[in-house]
Amino acid sequence: MTPVQALDFIRVLPEIVLASCAILVMVAEPFVSARHTAALAWVSLIGIVAAGAGNAWMRRFSGPAFGGSIAADPFASYFVYLLLLAAALTLLGSVRYLETNQVHHGEFYALLLLGTTGACLMVAATELIMIFIGLEISSISTYILAGFRRADKRSNEACLKYFLLGSFATAFLLYGIAFIYGLTGTTNLVQLSEKLSAPGARPPLLWIALILAFVGLGFKVSTVPFHIWTPDVYQGAPAPVTAFLSVAPKAAAFAVILRVFLGGLASAGALVFWLLWISALLTMCLGNLAALWQTNIKRLLAYSAIAHAGYVLVGMAAAKAAGPEAGEGIASVLFYLAAYALMNVAAFILVAHLAGAGERYQEADDCTGLAYQRPGVAACLTLLLVSLSGFPATAGFFAKFYVFRAAIHAHLIGLTLVAVLNSVVAVYYYLRVVVAMYMREGNPRASASPLPWPLGAALALSLVGIFYLGLFPTPFVRLANLAASPLP
Amino acid sequence: MAFLRHIWLIPLLPALGALTQLLAGRRLSNRAVSIVSVGLPGLAFLWALGCFAELLKLAAPTYLTNLYTWLPAGPFRLANGSLAQLNVPVGFQLDPLSAVMLLIVTGVGFVIHVYSIGYMGHEGGYYRFFGYMNLFLFSMLILVLADNYLMMFAGWEGVGLCSYFLIGFYFQRKSAADAGKKAFIVNRIGDAGFLLGVMLITVTFGTLNFQQITEAARSGQFALGNGTLTAICVLLFVGATGKSAQIPLYVWLPDAMEGPTPVSALIHAATMVTAGVYMVARSNALFVLAPKAMLLVAAIGAATALWAASIGLVQNDIKRVLAYSTVSQLGYMFLACGVGAFAAGIFHVMTHAFFKALLFLGAGSVIHALGGEQDMRKMGGLRRKIPITFATFVVGTLAISGIPGFAGFFSKDEILWQAFSSPYGHRLLWFIGWATAGLTAFYMFRLLFMTFAGESRVDAEVAHHLHESPWTMLGPLVVLAVLSVVGGYINWPTERFGHFLEPVFESPFRAAGVQLYGRNDELGLMVLSVAVALAGLGYAWLIYVKRPGLRERLAEPPGILHQILLNKYYVDELYDALFVNRAKNLGNLLAAFDLAVVDGGVNAAGWLTRTSGDLSRFWDKWVIDGLVNVLGFGIKVLSYPVRVIQTGVVQTYAFFIALGVAIFLGYYLVHFRP
Repeated sequence: MTPVQALDFIRVLPEIVLASCAILVMVAEPFVSARHTAALAWVSLIGIVAAGAGNAWMRRFSGPAFGGSIAADPFASYFVYLLLLAAALTLLGSVRYLETNQVHHGEFYALLLLGTTGACLMVAATELIMIFIGLEISSISTYILAGFRRADKRSNEACLKYFLLGSFATAFLLYGIAFIYGLTGTTNLVQLSEKLSAPGARPPLLWIALILAFVGLGFKVSTVPFHIWTPDVYQGAPAPVTAFLSVAPKAAAFAVILRVFLGGLASAGALVFWLLWISALLTMCLGNLAALWQTNIKRLLAYSAIAHAGYVLVGMAAAKAAGPEAGEGIASVLFYLAAYALMNVAAFILVAHLAGAGERYQEADDCTGLAYQRPGVAACLTLLLVSLSGFPATAGFFAKFYVFRAAIHAHLIGLTLVAVLNSVVAVYYYLRVVVAMYMREGNPRASASPLPWPLGAALALSLVGIFYLGLFPTPFVRLANLAASPLP
Repeated sequence: MAFLRHIWLIPLLPALGALTQLLAGRRLSNRAVSIVSVGLPGLAFLWALGCFAELLKLAAPTYLTNLYTWLPAGPFRLANGSLAQLNVPVGFQLDPLSAVMLLIVTGVGFVIHVYSIGYMGHEGGYYRFFGYMNLFLFSMLILVLADNYLMMFAGWEGVGLCSYFLIGFYFQRKSAADAGKKAFIVNRIGDAGFLLGVMLITVTFGTLNFQQITEAARSGQFALGNGTLTAICVLLFVGATGKSAQIPLYVWLPDAMEGPTPVSALIHAATMVTAGVYMVARSNALFVLAPKAMLLVAAIGAATALWAASIGLVQNDIKRVLAYSTVSQLGYMFLACGVGAFAAGIFHVMTHAFFKALLFLGAGSVIHALGGEQDMRKMGGLRRKIPITFATFVVGTLAISGIPGFAGFFSKDEILWQAFSSPYGHRLLWFIGWATAGLTAFYMFRLLFMTFAGESRVDAEVAHHLHESPWTMLGPLVVLAVLSVVGGYINWPTERFGHFLEPVFESPFRAAGVQLYGRNDELGLMVLSVAVALAGLGYAWLIYVKRPGLRERLAEPPGILHQILLNKYYVDELYDALFVNRAKNLGNLLAAFDLAVVDGGVNAAGWLTRTSGDLSRFWDKWVIDGLVNVLGFGIKVLSYPVRVIQTGVVQTYAFFIALGVAIFLGYYLVHFRP
């Protein structure tokens, strides 16, 4: 074990900045009068931007830190940007939401920052214990966030369900990690990879460890059958929290799956591929079919989030199947997650605004005729839904395109066909909301108040991103390829 | 080279206008809306002129610029088994063909935008109108300037969408909303064909780039009459029949007149509907290798020309006459393409853009003067009331009728000559085109006389408010009238226009080594077509101006009048009995039929499409509804377990997670462990 150096701390700079900022916000909270709570939001936003700057600066110092338990590499850096983006958009979307719902407490921002810190640690970790710690930091913060509207029964229910089932699933992960340690004597991914790739060194019970670990991570990304909590929690949690939940922990868990199952445990080829393949198939189909009969927009988007996880898993299965040319599949996953982050956070924070005080109006029918009263808001939601369903010229199109292309190149023709058919089915339920807004007359019950500027800024940023990725995808693809390159 | 290097600005400028109007237009004054949304297309036109000037100075006939790769699709396998790399860029191609289209679109587009200031001034949704018009220009410019089929398709879909928005601009009126839908749906049928054609091109050529495809087609690797190429061409032409309103998909265009008149002028006469002609001309290297597809194009074009013209004979709505006339003229353009005279087709696209835009805008001026009246039976005697509109309208009518000296004469005559003499042509094709020319002259002068000549049949109330249009509307009329005269001299006496386009269209005649007829024969044909046009003119004059009573009497059974006229009008009677009444009856029949089709909705079109309408109704009822029901049932069945699982009870959830683990472990144990 090498002694701790200054360099080690530089390599976790974003996490340090985020955690410090969270502590600052929490300590300052009692001293800030209720009228000025918004100031804490801006402090947090500055913290997020600073963390992003730190992430950019430390690119020069990439390498392992803290005895190989953390790696500052392009892969981690890519995901840290993505997580910070999700956090920033969520934050912009929640300021007015918290005011309207009279739960404007500074702790919200501190928890958001801590949740992001945990997720950042997960994506940078190269050591199973470190991954677990990151996952717990992020989970515990998000458990509390899910129940942030204390007076609301649904929020409480979501919080408890998420907590109980989350702990349950984490136990599987921990059990899997224990198995791995017991079988190989190490929890470090690099050493694990070396040990397992040695000829004849495959421990006989490794498959149990793999499945158990996959359950814990599958819970976070809501793969069928471990998705079961998702609709209830996404619907019950405050909508901006759902926005964060549906992106940050999910992206972080995907990053971990990539690192563990395509990196450290890559040599257990057939089993990992089978796990990814079957999960992709089940997750896509169930997510889309269940979404078809949803009338509640939050629940609809929850199932859509499950379906999107399925498409991501198609990309992962493609990466696994491609063997030494896994780069294309991994890059497609990275691109997909970026597009997904932009679309999904924006969709949920916009729904948070439309649902009004107390989130009373979540049904698609509540948006009836919205296009006539608030054409801008309706157009915005339409663009987001259109992108989620994967229309050309939006980010959603290229996200799907690259994943499907990688799957075709990996000769997963059957899985790709299922995925394409699924994305056709998905158009139906996304457009149902659009139809309600544009083609039916009536007075929308959904909030007709003008968009608050922070939300407007977040939406504008997302839409610019969505169209940038949809019209000029090449530079970003290059970035994703770069981030995917050092993996296996 | 400053203009050419930044050619991307040309579509971008109207796009900026559209963005401004659709995002912030509600808050702008009408004046600000006009300045932005008319100014930007004006700038685009100036930029296009700059590009054109620079293109003429270039040594190469084509300027290509590639902004960036939009769709890096990567390697894939072609139909012949070889591996290809497909990267679709956002790239612009300016060659003589796209340059001509570019100038038409920006030039005529700008003029019509100016006209709209006056025409739409009193309408609600002023900003929305200009937003869509700008968006249309953007899409059309993408279509025209694209250097590959996919980008062209993007523009193609974009213009379709804008057309839908603008036809249904008065969406409170049900007929307008229905017409918009009809246009959109009928176009979709064509678009499916186009898309299939593009896919077939992709797997055949491994690229979508126009230049590369043209080179591959001309390299001689494909035999004349190659089956794949014929299929591609037929599919592309299906797309063209939708967008350019040819048999059997022409039915949407007459209904599209529900939109504001400047829209009819810009989209449904001068630019968008010629996109199909442009696309066929753009693919000329493929079509030349598929003689069967060429014959199909020529036959459909000629048939449409005659068919639509005959319907136009008896219409009473001023805009509907012009709509059928547009369909008919588009038929001429396809006839030209089908006989291999692509340059003549494009020449007619240009002259038609001038005179048909002029006619539509003139009709708009008439409608404006009469406070919205479109029925010609309630017009008449307007020539003294709105003299400038009248004068320009006369020019337009002379031009479309093919009277020598006006633009339409030169282009139409070129097409007829090519239909007669080209190796792809046939005398029958020429004859249909020639007969159509006569009908055209008749219905256009009928329109002119019914509207402007004779006694006024205008309602007293309306007559009181009769006024000439403002200068923002008259100015464009005058400009277009001038163009409708001088436009023809671009290709006469020397064939400047044809030579300019020559690099794009490798002459099919030269390839086939065919000796063309001499110019003396052309002169003979020219005399014939002028004669038929004058005959149409004369006949219209006779029954609408000279003897207005004759029209009614002709419908009566012949009595004493018949005897009195025997010596003098014997020939007329013969013609009436043999041709005109028949033609009129046929026209009536066709018009009635068309009306029935309109009422019947989107599904029926001509006897051919009526069958397909029945088919599609059957399909709707049994297959689509059945599928939907089966799907609904299936989803219900499939969602049942989901519902059962999703109890909301946390213990059940935990149980299912544990069950999932058990199944995964168990499955692996059974299947993967030796």
